[in-house]
Amino acid sequence: MREFVRERWDLVALVVLAAAPLVLPALGGALGGQVTTLFIYCILALGLNVMVGYTGLVHLGIAAFFGIGAYMMAILTVPMYPFQLGWLAAAIVSVLVAAGIGLALGAPTLRLRGDYLAIVTLGFGEVVKVTLRNLEQITGGMKGLNPVPPPGAGVKIGPLDLGLAFAVDPRWFYYLALAALAGVVVAMRRLEHSRLGRAWVAVREDELAASAMGISATRVKLSAFAMSSAVAGLAGCLYAGSLSTTADPNAYDFSRSIMVLCAVILGGLGSIPGTLLGVAILVGFDTVLAPWADSWIQQWNVNPSGSSLLSFSGWRLAIFGLALVLVMRYRPEGLVPSRRLAAELHEAHP
Amino acid sequence: MQFFLQQCLIGLTNGALIALVALGYTMVYGIIGLINFAHGDLIMLGACLALSLVAALGLGLGDPGGMAAAGPVGTWLGIALLVGLCGLFCGGLNVAVDRIVYKPLRTAPKLAPLVSAIGVSFIFMNVGLFWLGPADRSFPELLPAANLLPGDGLQFTWKDLLVVLIVGPLMLALSLLVRGTRLGKAMRAVAQDPTAATLVGIDVDRVIAATFFIGGFLGGAASVIYGLYINTIGFQMGFQNGLYAFTAAVLGGIGSIPGAVVGGIVIGLVRALSSAYVGERWTGAIVFAILIVILVFRPEGLLGRRTKEKV
Repeated sequence: MREFVRERWDLVALVVLAAAPLVLPALGGALGGQVTTLFIYCILALGLNVMVGYTGLVHLGIAAFFGIGAYMMAILTVPMYPFQLGWLAAAIVSVLVAAGIGLALGAPTLRLRGDYLAIVTLGFGEVVKVTLRNLEQITGGMKGLNPVPPPGAGVKIGPLDLGLAFAVDPRWFYYLALAALAGVVVAMRRLEHSRLGRAWVAVREDELAASAMGISATRVKLSAFAMSSAVAGLAGCLYAGSLSTTADPNAYDFSRSIMVLCAVILGGLGSIPGTLLGVAILVGFDTVLAPWADSWIQQWNVNPSGSSLLSFSGWRLAIFGLALVLVMRYRPEGLVPSRRLAAELHEAHP
Repeated sequence: MQFFLQQCLIGLTNGALIALVALGYTMVYGIIGLINFAHGDLIMLGACLALSLVAALGLGLGDPGGMAAAGPVGTWLGIALLVGLCGLFCGGLNVAVDRIVYKPLRTAPKLAPLVSAIGVSFIFMNVGLFWLGPADRSFPELLPAANLLPGDGLQFTWKDLLVVLIVGPLMLALSLLVRGTRLGKAMRAVAQDPTAATLVGIDVDRVIAATFFIGGFLGGAASVIYGLYINTIGFQMGFQNGLYAFTAAVLGGIGSIPGAVVGGIVIGLVRALSSAYVGERWTGAIVFAILIVILVFRPEGLLGRRTKEKV
């Protein structure tokens, strides 16, 4: 049994998560929405992992592509615009647009050395955020675009109105996001061992040696850029869909990019289970543990004066920062390192 | 025309301030290849200390329009004291962080120190949150707003003079130190090749510590100027200012000290001109768009050296 869990953690997790809404009624409420967001961040992090983990390119602006996906989705579906595509068509177009913008950014900048590329992505993230905020006629400024209709609006299967079901019960979106996440995990796993995936790793390890072996480093890096942007765009579509609004542009700012990057590195670069675990820890800490600890402190009345020194969320940033520092100090390869990376590290420091 | 010149003057003063912060990024990067994400927040803590010191020394008392109650001599001495103390504080803190956090990671994968720096930045921010509270705080005006130039044309106030008076000597001292002293020579050697530097008898760790101290000291001085010049500080100020300064460092060619100064001044000018002619809210986008364009055409930055990749 233990052996089975270790080998097939993915199936076990999928079954547990798929069964959870049937057992836990709380997932039909606000908690369901939070877990859906968690799944969406997992997809976003898996997208970033293509760039940072497999290909070794530091990307500090992944949230921009998350935002592009979300805003494209909204533009294609909200009543304010004439397009009003169906959900699936809108999602496909948004993902393609995100990938295209990724290519457009990557093509001129890929010859930059590592840290310079990081700055370009950071700068691009800021440009996108400022643009989303200021182009009020197109993006709705700080209000964002809404309402993004639920998937399957107007589609009726027998007595069931699909759009209405999505709008009323968060469990529908829970399953949609879970299915998307499972799909992305499967796709990533296939990619990892494909010709392209091995080329990504080869470029990460040694770009010169890889090109000497006949790999076109530029093309390989560009495809990583496009893939990363596309997956981030998909996460953005689901995000806008699940909230039924794009929310304000600050949802796609640098701190979001950094959080996702930290999740990937914390979990283990290039490792799918690591990435998922990293997101679960970071996002779970923020949205589940911190509010819970705060309410606990309030319940026990330790903090009658309401001082921020005595509330858990007052220490949120410090705990978060300390965790990053400690993990990097004692497990620089991440919590669940990819086998290849771990092997390398141990070879380098016997 | 006069409006344009005025904007340039604002840009230059702002740019000098950005350059001071950019030096902290570029020196650390030049020597250990680390993007020190915590530098902006270090400066935020310096500004916290400056605010507390202003209150403790009673410098902020008196007529807000004129010189403070301490009198002109007292005020300038007080400012000098602030610069010194905040510089020592930020420099010392920077060295301590290097010793505790970055030093054990010298041989770790390259991303590890970067993530640690992000972690340190969060910790600093939390300290700043406790120190200042969640809201922005106003920093007392210590200098009169009178114009120093004749006529009602261009405005050049005591505050602008203050920036020049602090930044000028610090830059001069830094360039003398890097060019003329043994420590400066050792710093340049370590930046070029740490292993070879060890072989010729340089204590690399001490040189790195010295670099962190100098970068931090300049940041501490910048934090005092920031408080006196911008007059509003908050626990989140580190991020945005750090971003601009870091952009300046990259623009000038990261690792290059004159590059950081040039980059800072360019960013300052771009910021001032785009705020004046395009609108404040687009400034961030314009600065970063220019950065991307410059990097595409000159990937090594304005004054950086092109490095050939070796097998």
